[in-house]
Amino acid sequence: MAVQETPVSRRLKSVKHIIIVCSGKGGVGKSSVSTQLALSLHASSPSARVGVLDVDLTGPSIPRMLGLDGHGVHQSSDGWVPVYADALGDGEPRLACMSVGFLLKKKGDSVVWRGPKKNAMIRQFLSDVRWGELDYLVVDTPPGTSDEHLSLIEHLAPVHSRLSAVIVTTPQAVALLDAMKCLSFTRAVALPVLGLIENMSGYVCPCCGDVSNVFSTGGGAEMARREGVPFLGSMPIDTELVTLLDAAESTDLSPADGQRDEDSEVRSFGVLQRYQKTSSAKLLSAIVENLISTLPSVEHASVSSSA
Amino acid sequence: MLAVQRSAVVPDPVSVPSNAPEHCPGTESELAGKADACNGCANQEICASNTPKGPDPALPFIRDRMSTVKHKILVLSGKGGVGKSTFTAQLGWAFAADEQLQTGVMDVDICGPSIPTIFGVASEQVHSSSSGWSPVYVQDNLGIMSVGFMLPSSREAVMWRGPKKNGLIAQFLKDVDWGDLDYLVIDTPPGTSDEHLSVVQYLKESGIDGAVLVTTPQEVSLQDVRREIDFCRKVGIRVLGLVENMSGFVCPGCKTESQIFRPTTGGAERLAKETGIQLLGKVPLDPRIGKSADYGVSFLDEYPDSPASDAYLNIIDKIKKILGGDSAM
Repeated sequence: MAVQETPVSRRLKSVKHIIIVCSGKGGVGKSSVSTQLALSLHASSPSARVGVLDVDLTGPSIPRMLGLDGHGVHQSSDGWVPVYADALGDGEPRLACMSVGFLLKKKGDSVVWRGPKKNAMIRQFLSDVRWGELDYLVVDTPPGTSDEHLSLIEHLAPVHSRLSAVIVTTPQAVALLDAMKCLSFTRAVALPVLGLIENMSGYVCPCCGDVSNVFSTGGGAEMARREGVPFLGSMPIDTELVTLLDAAESTDLSPADGQRDEDSEVRSFGVLQRYQKTSSAKLLSAIVENLISTLPSVEHASVSSSA
Repeated sequence: MLAVQRSAVVPDPVSVPSNAPEHCPGTESELAGKADACNGCANQEICASNTPKGPDPALPFIRDRMSTVKHKILVLSGKGGVGKSTFTAQLGWAFAADEQLQTGVMDVDICGPSIPTIFGVASEQVHSSSSGWSPVYVQDNLGIMSVGFMLPSSREAVMWRGPKKNGLIAQFLKDVDWGDLDYLVIDTPPGTSDEHLSVVQYLKESGIDGAVLVTTPQEVSLQDVRREIDFCRKVGIRVLGLVENMSGFVCPGCKTESQIFRPTTGGAERLAKETGIQLLGKVPLDPRIGKSADYGVSFLDEYPDSPASDAYLNIIDKIKKILGGDSAM
């Protein structure tokens, strides 16, 4: 297959696997799953290099979740330098992150862009970020199946053989309906699906330990079975995780710049450590192990079917 | 030939011409025709000439159609899944509980329309008559319009880029035969992008009463709401108030309240204080709300004793008061 060389394919040549996290509906936990995937992939081996690309341009949440709020992106002769979440750790940083959130002057600024501008931004993210060698690039998407998704697939076409998707849903009927749309989107663009994750399935009352199904339960597994998609697992609501990913900075609004940078760096490093202690981390590391083992075969299948 | 291309460009204010370069600043932008990217674009002269671009041909029709609608309310939130559609639906049901009032609900979330499911009319179809598309009526005085009614199958994805979505929104606003309406509630998709800009632009002349912003207590959601407030300020829409959804959860087993989405930075209350926007109320998380939405029944009618119902009704009263106060002036 003659693959056309583009700036995107040149840039992503050294990226082994690209995992797109999507869901038709908003607020089901795409960003939180993307973050967790990145953290778990990062922890899966002492040398795994992971990148997170947030293409949710009008509502970027990844910086907050990785504790990188307030960081900026630096230019280098070789493109934009991503922000490293583990910059303070010992050894080489290997969790890189890029989001439109790093480009905003104030975090309250709105990005009011129509399609063509979003398209250009995504192309720039894909072609101009200096990721370096990456084992995994996790791409967090906005809800829906529109400009961002179409642009993403379009620009990633030259590296299609390394693409795969994870679909996130909650067990509610409304979310499943949108997840179904998302699944039909992946089929329309021949994007291989690694599987479905059911998020927010059940909440354990911290007081009496009763499990309540806040957003009902079991819908994800049922949909996966019906559609012949692997079911990766269900993640209950974990308040510990919610708080960890959302956690407040002590110096919140307008601290002195240098101080804030230091603080948030300490915090972001903390996210890595503390995440491994949450109960979600154990569930997700099982999912990730499963993902790592099926990745080559899923990607391979898509290559042979499209050839 | 360039000349041919140039004459073929319809000056549509809400779209970027198909032959525009990648970094086109948009034909309406101040930079139109002047940005670096414009060099070499076939349309550069048109953009740079600064002649007023003709108004959208749909505008007079929209103004006509909207002249019989008294109040138009947008439901916005930067983040997805915080309960915009659910809140829109409750607002719709609550307005329609007054038989004297005519209410319409319009769903402009084109890629993920949930309004038909929430109202329990997912399998309905839209009929067209000489006076336009008829909304689907849930009750005598509650009409609904959503892109969900027009899809051949609920499983298919709608993969549209901006301009096509704008076209449909314009059509919703000008071709739907709403009749006389007291309230038109517009449910939007998450974010601040094409759909939002289009609705605002198309309704500018007929006037939007205001926007209700829905959020959850988490900082990730509040961050997005701050962006949405910034958006409202940019486009000149009044913010009626904030609604904090999923605020606390009462365990059905032991009745203790716990915070699933903890307000790590003070929640909507603090945001309201910072921005001077009214906090309309907090709606606790009740698993029955989601269930009602899945089954398409009115939560307010089904579970009037739930604390969430109280919260909803209080908020809706406040909104009515804000809007009522306006019309009396």
